[in-house]
Amino acid sequence: MSRWLPSLQSRKTFRHGVHPPENKEFAKDSPIEVMEIPQEVRIPLLQHFGVACEPTVKRGAELEIGDVIGETQDALFSSRVHSSVKGKALKPTVTTLPNGRHVNVIPVACDPEQSLKGRDLFEEIFGGDWPKGGFEDLSPDEIVSAAAEAGLVGLGGAAFPTHVKLKGAPDRPVETLLLNGCECEPFLASDYRLMIEAPAPILTGALLAKRAVGASRVILCLEDNKLGAVPILERAASGTPVEIQTLETKYPQGSEKQLIQAVLGKEVPLRGLPMDVGVLVMNVNTAASLARAVLRNKPLTHRIVTVAGHGIVQPKNLLAPIGASYGDLIEACGGLTADAARVLAGGPMMGFSLPDLDIPITKGTGGVTVLAERDLRAMRETACLRCGRCVDVCPMNLAPTRIALASRAGDYGLAHEWNLTACMECGSCAYVCPARIPLVQLIRMGKVMSKKEAVRKAA
Amino acid sequence: MSAEPKPPSAEPVSRDTPRFSIASSPHLLDSSRSTQGMMVDVLIGLAPVLLVSLIVFRSYALLQVGLCVVSCLVFEALCAGMRGRSLPLWDGSAAVTGVILGLSLPWSAPWYIAVIGSAVAIGLAKWVFGGLGYNLFNPAMVGRAFVMLSFAREMGTSAYVRADASIDAVTTATPLAAAKMESVMPDLWPLFVGIHNGSLGETSALACLIGGVYLCIRRTASWEIPAGVILSAAVFAGLASGIGLSPLSWFHHLLSGSLLFGAFFIATDPVSSPLTPKGKWIFGAGVGFFIILIRVFSGYPEGVMFAVLLMNAAVPLINRLTRPVPLGGLPTVKEAVG
Repeated sequence: MSRWLPSLQSRKTFRHGVHPPENKEFAKDSPIEVMEIPQEVRIPLLQHFGVACEPTVKRGAELEIGDVIGETQDALFSSRVHSSVKGKALKPTVTTLPNGRHVNVIPVACDPEQSLKGRDLFEEIFGGDWPKGGFEDLSPDEIVSAAAEAGLVGLGGAAFPTHVKLKGAPDRPVETLLLNGCECEPFLASDYRLMIEAPAPILTGALLAKRAVGASRVILCLEDNKLGAVPILERAASGTPVEIQTLETKYPQGSEKQLIQAVLGKEVPLRGLPMDVGVLVMNVNTAASLARAVLRNKPLTHRIVTVAGHGIVQPKNLLAPIGASYGDLIEACGGLTADAARVLAGGPMMGFSLPDLDIPITKGTGGVTVLAERDLRAMRETACLRCGRCVDVCPMNLAPTRIALASRAGDYGLAHEWNLTACMECGSCAYVCPARIPLVQLIRMGKVMSKKEAVRKAA
Repeated sequence: MSAEPKPPSAEPVSRDTPRFSIASSPHLLDSSRSTQGMMVDVLIGLAPVLLVSLIVFRSYALLQVGLCVVSCLVFEALCAGMRGRSLPLWDGSAAVTGVILGLSLPWSAPWYIAVIGSAVAIGLAKWVFGGLGYNLFNPAMVGRAFVMLSFAREMGTSAYVRADASIDAVTTATPLAAAKMESVMPDLWPLFVGIHNGSLGETSALACLIGGVYLCIRRTASWEIPAGVILSAAVFAGLASGIGLSPLSWFHHLLSGSLLFGAFFIATDPVSSPLTPKGKWIFGAGVGFFIILIRVFSGYPEGVMFAVLLMNAAVPLINRLTRPVPLGGLPTVKEAVG
């Protein structure tokens, strides 16, 4: 009922959006646990937005945590890949990532005697002293190249290479740096746990990013279902210029353009980037990794992954080596329940369903959600009633039903007229559709097919 | 699913091998809403109207509405069968059409009017276009327009009145007809609670408001449409009475006839109304304008039906003109093509 009534205190938010069940209680209160090293990790050479890496190690090479195993020579849009364990490189193979891309992987047989494990690993990554200033000696270029060497990518999911983002463009200076701790996907709690357990590296990373891009304001943003983290962050941020901003809990608040709209009231141009309005958005986990990369010279080898859902015996937040399989993570959480039905890479709104569990996690994997039979109600599709509910919730202010039905009919020209490519596939429309039309699926299909059609026409 | 490295895949798929369901995101659906649920909502919203109708017109209301609902369901089944479909019969839309058609008829209409009206509503207005979701015009209003034009005597002003009837309400003319013919000003209180003559469902402004507000709160009906109808009808009615074209004040106009019934239950049919909030405002404002135009200048005392049908025809145009601008503005022409 509360959503019908205007809220008494004004809460900052973006236009439209939905309120799916948050389901944060699964993993919100379980402390980050360092995962047992599996027997083997398989590290993909493409984990980011951009060009795939070439392997730099031979079969049989002895690796330590943090050794470079893949890089590109001249592509800007790429990100180095490092070994996440101590062990021996095996013969390269191929795997299919949850998003359907076939990528080369370097399997590494893990040494049972790891140099760092358990709580020591957590302390090594997030512990110790994190300075809150004195970065004047570091030049922006040094920070950018440290990010590139550490193989940093956006850990919120899109995996955009961080050094490209920090480098920016000279004609579009960044005034405001937004740290994204919204984590609006249901079930996921990895950003929240990091803000609770290790706020210091987030703040340090934020100040380093501020230094790199020359921003004048830094705002750490989180939804108001994570108020528990606010006093902790405020304490950590005291004495720094970092502001803390809470926002209404609403999906997809964590989306870059929606976050900028909510906090600053600015609209990023349709095909543009946040820097077009003088903003840079960075996930809190990315910021912590940046601090580690710049000040300790350590690459990105591990990440926090929430494993949750009705289909998981014991939901947890794991600090997992990149390249561990989804099966390894699930095993570390007590395995699947008897009625587990669908395993998702990511959260339930935008996650990809996995065909099997022998797929490695990547830098961008923020969560594993396992849905049970009862979560998957078979829904019978009916004709579109043109009720306009999808229009009312679309955060990009589109008319999803028009785009989807034009795509289904194969009329891609019409789909473009209704701004097919502006859709970010957040799933809000399909979530609310009373006719159960698979709107996002149809729009995705429309995007692919219209490209194919354009190619065919050009030929 | 085991953490051990997998043995060669020659192993046959056993019962223990987990099989996962694969689907495109999103994997959560708001199960509180469905097409059928929306139709049930409309029926709940119509309940107060039906109740007042039963109080005022007693068994006449029951028979008329019952006959329309049964006929609509029968014709829905027939048409779905002809199209080789079994699915849509129980989605509730035919029942909604039946109730609205029944409530829009005079109490005295003979049985064949209900049956023919239902046949036209379901067959011609809905299934000829492809069934639920594809009709251009509001089915109940098409059915009503058909019988109104075909059976002028049974559906006209005189059909509402019978001086010797046992029901008090029907011994005098409908308020709008009385105002039109004899410039009689109706009392506001009967208009508000519904103790006066009229089509079965239109008499009580109060019942329409209760049911309509329920639908708007549930977002089953878009509030922009009734808001547009009421605001624009009030403005144009005020204008008409201000310059002496109508004996009724704007407030009488709002409470009389089927204006509120139409605003909340007929114009809000999602299939035959626009998609975007802006389009809904325009649509509602247009309906309100035409209602007053017809009431003031035409031979008919009431204009809701024709107003809704006229604006239904404008919906594709409204949709095209009110295409939402995406966040961040429109792409340039070159980008849009690429």
